Amino acid sequence: MYLLLVFLSLFGFCLASLFGRHLGPRGSGFITTSCLFVSLLISFFVFYEVALMNCPVYIKLVTWISSEVLNIDWGFMFDSLTVVMCVVVTFVSFLVHLYSLEYMSHDPHLSRFMSYLSLFTFFMLILVTADNFVQMFVGWEGVGLCSYLLINFWFTRIQANKAAIKAMIVNRVGDFSLLIGIFVIFMSYKSLDYATVSALTPFLKNEIINFLNFNFNLFTVIGTFLFLGAVGKSAQLGLHTWLPDAMEGPTPVSALIHAATMVTAGVFLLARSSFIYEYATNILSYIIVIGAITSFFASTTGLLQNDLKRVIAYSTCSQLGYMIFACGLSNYSVGIFHLSNHAFFKALLFLSAGSIIHAVNDEQDMRKMGGLRFLVPFTYSMIVIGSLALMGFPFLTGFYSKDLILEVAYGKYTLLGYFSYCLGTCGAFFTAFYSTRLIYLTFLSKPIGHKQIICFAFDSGINISIALGCLAIPSIFIGYYTKDMIVGLGSDFFGSAIFTNLVNINIFDAEFINLFYKLLPVSLSLIGVFLAFFLYSFKLKLLFELKTSIFGKKIYNFLNRKWFFDKIYNEYFGQFFFKFGYTTSYKFVDRGIFEILGPTGLSLVALKIGSSFHKMQTGYLYHYNFLILVGITIFFGLRELWIVFKLFNYYSLIFIIFMVIFFLINYVKLEK
Amino acid sequence: MILINNVISILSLTSMLFFIGLFGIILNRKNILITIMSIELLLLTINLNFIFFSIYLDDIVGQVFVLFILTIAAAESAIGLAIITVFYRLKNSIELDIIKKNIIIKI
Repeated sequence: MYLLLVFLSLFGFCLASLFGRHLGPRGSGFITTSCLFVSLLISFFVFYEVALMNCPVYIKLVTWISSEVLNIDWGFMFDSLTVVMCVVVTFVSFLVHLYSLEYMSHDPHLSRFMSYLSLFTFFMLILVTADNFVQMFVGWEGVGLCSYLLINFWFTRIQANKAAIKAMIVNRVGDFSLLIGIFVIFMSYKSLDYATVSALTPFLKNEIINFLNFNFNLFTVIGTFLFLGAVGKSAQLGLHTWLPDAMEGPTPVSALIHAATMVTAGVFLLARSSFIYEYATNILSYIIVIGAITSFFASTTGLLQNDLKRVIAYSTCSQLGYMIFACGLSNYSVGIFHLSNHAFFKALLFLSAGSIIHAVNDEQDMRKMGGLRFLVPFTYSMIVIGSLALMGFPFLTGFYSKDLILEVAYGKYTLLGYFSYCLGTCGAFFTAFYSTRLIYLTFLSKPIGHKQIICFAFDSGINISIALGCLAIPSIFIGYYTKDMIVGLGSDFFGSAIFTNLVNINIFDAEFINLFYKLLPVSLSLIGVFLAFFLYSFKLKLLFELKTSIFGKKIYNFLNRKWFFDKIYNEYFGQFFFKFGYTTSYKFVDRGIFEILGPTGLSLVALKIGSSFHKMQTGYLYHYNFLILVGITIFFGLRELWIVFKLFNYYSLIFIIFMVIFFLINYVKLEK
Repeated sequence: MILINNVISILSLTSMLFFIGLFGIILNRKNILITIMSIELLLLTINLNFIFFSIYLDDIVGQVFVLFILTIAAAESAIGLAIITVFYRLKNSIELDIIKKNIIIKI
């Protein structure tokens, strides 16, 4: 049954992709969705058995690689960390499947879409249930591949193609370093099972590894590379540029990949490798910095985006920053808790956004919507629930996890803790602001769209409504219900799945920080909501003047253009590599040096030497006679000089002389 | 016996003569007759050498060879002169440069 949980989605994928033509769109949709439903039910059961009854399950399927010391099995490990992820993934994925049935119903490639969605879910489940790093990497690459396929689903659109390629390549940067990390782990542990690695970790505490001729602590190296992998997948600052662009795919895809599942893989990796990170404290501080900056950066960028989906994408990026720095603060359970909560309300937000986009005839620009609250009231209420949960409104889901993250950040009582607390609190304010802005511009302001569109705006059908309703309930309640279980004081929920060094535990300290700092994030969020509401309802003119002032224009451009990250990347990195690829590696090396040494140069030299020999035959008798004399002289002369030449029987010397002569000849030729 | 004592002088004489003949072939750019004369000189030098060594080593074979070479030289010069005559009939000239020019024109 545990295997069924993982492989049902693969079954659905196989049926929908191989027999999609015979099953038809409705049939394949029904099959994949029902497969996911069964797997959701199983994952509830698994959650009950593994997490609540506290009995982890280990399944060894078959041996995959068995070569000397390298031993990798297809093994599945269900501990509490895994089952939390399983429930989240299958729940969101099932609802996304259900949602897509209606959302994509007019698409001619529905069965392909459903099969990709199922394949994605399968790879994500492989990722979370793997019991070794290599199998986890299979899932890791698999979700990358599926994100490519899904973003590129409308493959006739050039933008979708570009976004998909970007997602794949930027992810691949992280994947590369993850691979290096896995290699280093194998090199030093001689094993890749989580169990073995975690058991051996304390004994390798003082291990020194030579990397690039520098001596580093082993865990520093491993931690750095695994974290860089997580940076790519979880869209942290530096490799975040793929996430907003990935909004080119259909909306359910954004909900599945970029809210609930794929981007959480990085956080999951950090939590899974907690036993390594707990010994690499210097890397943890970098993780805090990167996560905090990402949360701040993304929330400021989200402030001034005009695309409905991009706002939500940046808020995903920002929330991922919170999770990452929670992990950096050694509170992995808090990070995972926020991850699961965030999955619910972010999926709700994305799906509601999809519903709005559906209602207004695929218009994504918020400036062209407005006044939809009477037209699509159900979606309106759903997106309000999602937004309130996102901004950490008291007693909704986001409140319990996000404020806890900020509390533990302050409760660290270190400089980095305060740093992340400050940035996170600012981020909370901005999050509230842009969520309210989104709701205001879409629903509350006066209608701005075309009359034809506004007239025919409608609330979506039964499938979409069910999906939204099912996501709204956990968005409200799940934080409250699972708080004590997952992150409660002294809760043994994660058991051995997450290892926290005793020195690093600060959840008790976080409980007793000043009341002011506990209340600050919530109050800032509320202030953000009211400020945005106030500004957009009554002070639109002021906002406009702010925006069009000289300084305001600059800030607006800066934030709207995503801090110019794309510009810098394109102009400096992208252009540099394109130029390098063309000028240096293609023109200079491939078509330059190699050709001169190879076909072109050699043939030219042969031709040149041949023609010079040809020129010797002038046709004059006396020249021939002279050549005969010279030849005889050289022949006899060499015979005498051979005694001298015998000393130079170093072949390398002769080779070097030959090469020098060769290059000189070619140089003379090129000079001409 | 004087000959035997003066090996070096005799050998240098013959080799000088040989090189005179050789340079006569190489440096001469105009007249084909001089080339043939130089070839004769070469053969003559070789004959001289043969004779010298035949006496020096007290062996008759060298002089036998000289006789042969004399015959061959006569035959060779006869054939060479005949070729020049034929060539002169065709081209009205026996200059070396013209030989080349004509060859090129022919091709």
